[in-house]
Amino acid sequence: MIELVLDAVTALFLLAGCILLLIGGFGLLRLPDAFARLHAAGMIDTLGLALILVGLMFQAGLTLVTVKLGLIAVFVLYTSPVVSHALARAALAGGFRPGARHVVLPDPSSPKSLPSGSGEGRAP
Amino acid sequence: MFAAATAALLVVMGCALLRALLGPTVYDRILAMNSFGTLTVLMIAVLGFLSGRPEFLDIALVYALINFIGTIAVCKYVMFTDLGSPTRGPEWDDI
Amino acid sequence: MIVFLHAVSLTFALSVLWILLSGYLDHALLLYLGAVSVVLCVVISWRMGLLDREGHPVELVFRGLLYWPWLGKEIVLANIDVAKAIIGWGGAAPDPTMFDVRASQKTAVGLVTYANSITLTPGTVTVAAEGDRLTIHALTSGAVEGLAGGEMDRRVRWFEGTRISDGRIPEGGA
Repeated sequence: MIELVLDAVTALFLLAGCILLLIGGFGLLRLPDAFARLHAAGMIDTLGLALILVGLMFQAGLTLVTVKLGLIAVFVLYTSPVVSHALARAALAGGFRPGARHVVLPDPSSPKSLPSGSGEGRAP
Repeated sequence: MFAAATAALLVVMGCALLRALLGPTVYDRILAMNSFGTLTVLMIAVLGFLSGRPEFLDIALVYALINFIGTIAVCKYVMFTDLGSPTRGPEWDDI
Repeated sequence: MIVFLHAVSLTFALSVLWILLSGYLDHALLLYLGAVSVVLCVVISWRMGLLDREGHPVELVFRGLLYWPWLGKEIVLANIDVAKAIIGWGGAAPDPTMFDVRASQKTAVGLVTYANSITLTPGTVTVAAEGDRLTIHALTSGAVEGLAGGEMDRRVRWFEGTRISDGRIPEGGA
């Protein structure tokens, strides 16, 4: 009985994770430029990964396997924003300009003006 | 259940590979390969459960760390054309 | 003194990590190798000057126990928001914008936590960080409004704590 419940919970988490991963993969193909695709990759790296690993945790029970699954999640959650930021910095330094509207929030006292976007980004 | 998850992961990995092939800039390709690495980690974990051998998780753990180091190294190489000291002056001093 | 305490906590954390990853408590050789690895790691960290509040911010773990669940909730909500924008649910569409926000954190650890929290929630990516000004690339208008409210800034300011005797951001950049 309890195994049936655990299997059902695992299936639920795997289903949700797979749907999120599929949307993320679709976003990698559909979104307009590299900076927008960073957000789709962020979806894959955060909730997609976490949902699938949590689903597997219910299958493993209270063992070292669960600890390892948690460690994978922690490592990826710590490293994925660093990768996103490094990639964005490398792209800006390499002359890539994202096709984005520049808005100024009312709060910052001295907003910095970046060079304006020009539709589709260009390669360095 | 695990087989279905593996199939879904394969589809998403195909999307990432397609993005890496299409480009158009080198940053799209780096991003796609980073996502591909994350998906590979998930794939190894799910495959371990599919074949009843969760020892695969050690490989997934190491793959996650190597994927991070590799992506940072490629970003740095593309930015500075060098893995050593930065060459573009103090404005972009380091990644 | 603070270096010594951080060395003790790092030794403890690395030992626990080794035992959890190996899973063998009755294998003498593996335990010896683990002890050598841990000591080597701690000595190298000490020589690199990493054993301080910035390199090994273990004091923040207890505040983190309150901050990380809130961050997890934000990540879930942001994921749903971005997923809607990607598949066009209910007329939602990607609308990339770039803007600046001001970070009010006093320490480098706090600033990095804020920037990484912004990047970790899908829909917003920290593109550049100069001094206390973060340039953000956002995908949806909901993400812009979420950041403009400044709740994450306040929570990270609480998270970094009030003891800012060291690890202060130097003038002219983080």
